[in-house]
Amino acid sequence: MTWSRRRAALAPLVALAVLAAAPLVLGDYATAMLSRILAFALLAASLDLLVGVTGLPSLGHGAYFGAGAYAAGWVATHVARSAPVTLVAAAGVAALVALVAGSVAVRARGVFFLMLTLAVGEIVEQLAQSWHGVTGGSDGMYGIPATRLAGVALTDVRWFAWYALGVFAAGIAVLRCIAVSPLGATLRGIRDNEARMRALGYRTYHYKLAAFVIAGGIAGAAGSLLAAQQRLVTPGDLGLATSVPVLLAVIIGGEATLWGPCVGAAIVVVLRDVLGPSLGGHGPLLLGVVFVAVVFALPGGLAHVRSLWRGAAR
Amino acid sequence: MPAWPAWIDVHFISLLNGLAIGALLFILAVGLSLIFGMMDVLNLAHGVLFLGGAYTAWWIAGESPSWPRFLAALAVAGAAGALAGTGLSLLVARLARRSHLDQALLTLGLTLIAADALSAAFGDDVHTINPPPGLDDSVSLLGRAYPVYRLALIGLGAVLATAVHFVVERTSLGALIRATVADRHMVASVGVDERRVKLGVFAVGALLATTAGVLGAPVYGARPGLDATALMLALVVVVIGGLGSVRGALIGALVIGEIESLGRAVLSDLASFVLFGALAVVLVLRPRGLFGASTGARS
Repeated sequence: MTWSRRRAALAPLVALAVLAAAPLVLGDYATAMLSRILAFALLAASLDLLVGVTGLPSLGHGAYFGAGAYAAGWVATHVARSAPVTLVAAAGVAALVALVAGSVAVRARGVFFLMLTLAVGEIVEQLAQSWHGVTGGSDGMYGIPATRLAGVALTDVRWFAWYALGVFAAGIAVLRCIAVSPLGATLRGIRDNEARMRALGYRTYHYKLAAFVIAGGIAGAAGSLLAAQQRLVTPGDLGLATSVPVLLAVIIGGEATLWGPCVGAAIVVVLRDVLGPSLGGHGPLLLGVVFVAVVFALPGGLAHVRSLWRGAAR
Repeated sequence: MPAWPAWIDVHFISLLNGLAIGALLFILAVGLSLIFGMMDVLNLAHGVLFLGGAYTAWWIAGESPSWPRFLAALAVAGAAGALAGTGLSLLVARLARRSHLDQALLTLGLTLIAADALSAAFGDDVHTINPPPGLDDSVSLLGRAYPVYRLALIGLGAVLATAVHFVVERTSLGALIRATVADRHMVASVGVDERRVKLGVFAVGALLATTAGVLGAPVYGARPGLDATALMLALVVVVIGGLGSVRGALIGALVIGEIESLGRAVLSDLASFVLFGALAVVLVLRPRGLFGASTGARS
């Protein structure tokens, strides 16, 4: 028992060490892909706080990712290129957008919540399309200067991957702390039986809104990685083109496990950005097929398969 | 010039445009609303059905359609929509014991596949389609030129709204539909095969979505990404109007049509704020929408 517990504590450290060593071994393309995966995995993990922990299935999470990316890009272009500044600005703006959207969306539950977050996400995308003065409209925001960390521009793919890993690890640590804290317990209680939590005296609306804002802020932090890596943000980064794959990543990986969505994110990015282009640009088709297959054949995602396998081994 | 208030005079065209968009949105959203109200299934494929209709219009009728070709496009799109709705209904029924979220996700996965297939078949270009002859002119209204096609849309929307309202509120079939929205288990227990009612409503809802796509083609054209816009607008209409309500879908569609049209004319860049604001105000004041039934729609 102690061995398995020790192994559980060790696993994240081993994973972190492997990820930190990977840029030394991998080529430039694979290292850049690793950075993309890390940003997307952090986004998926933040969505899992809503979907898995709180039971709020959001189909508009790309809006906060994109809002963070735009904020980071705008700050880097007009104010300061320092990585901590862009990161904090991205998380702050995304959390603010999430506060406004969430104050409406968390009034609903279940499929109704899905519907509202989808609608609000698309409205945010429309705004990015039409607000030329700030976002650059449908052309996107381009020519974002390279982010600088400790006076050095993060233009080298390896250094950037390590920076992305640092942001990813910090974000995961925050999410992990929330999951094991009393706040996390309350959120799981709301997921399982909201009426009872309300009867126990919890103001569930405020807790759900808090979860929505935190998830939005971390999604924004992940968005700052996107802006720093691509140096280009387009309205597509806010809309369903992001929101659907990230929800798929959570579903594939298994909800409320934290590692599941990260693995799911890696699978989704590889399917979309590596296999998709080699199949003549049919990435969305591939994602759709996987989506349907997972919904039909794999309820509970990979995490569920793992627990079944463990149950059989016992 | 008659004694209109100056504001209406300035925005007269936008007001009319809002009615035309509202008519189109009603045809699109009423199916989404009834499918959700009856089965608790959020059909996220509704937007791609609309886009499928728009591409059908371009494919069959071309850029400058003749009347027979335009009507043929309507017929083909309607048939394809009914077929797709039946298929969707059967697939969703296989997940009947699972959560509503899984059912919504299934329609989302199918949407991805269908949207990719459409863009593979028709390319990523923006296709424009003209109205059929006779409707492609403009008439003079209060001294301004206005496209006849949009007036026809407003008329058609009014006719369809009346027809749907009549069927749902005044016929025995409509009574069955309303009863299924209110309590489908009770309908099943009095001996009606409620699966057939569901199948029928899903097929008709999808048919209306593809039909709206054909009718909307001369206004919106056909392009990738239109499906997401259509789905978003239909969802907002349904949320504002209330799920499972025909009257709600109509009022919601007219409100959103005017916001889309007038909002863009008055605020241009920031019209999306108004859309969100309308959604927020309705949800805070009336969480079930303007005409949402207290039993049909879930909170």
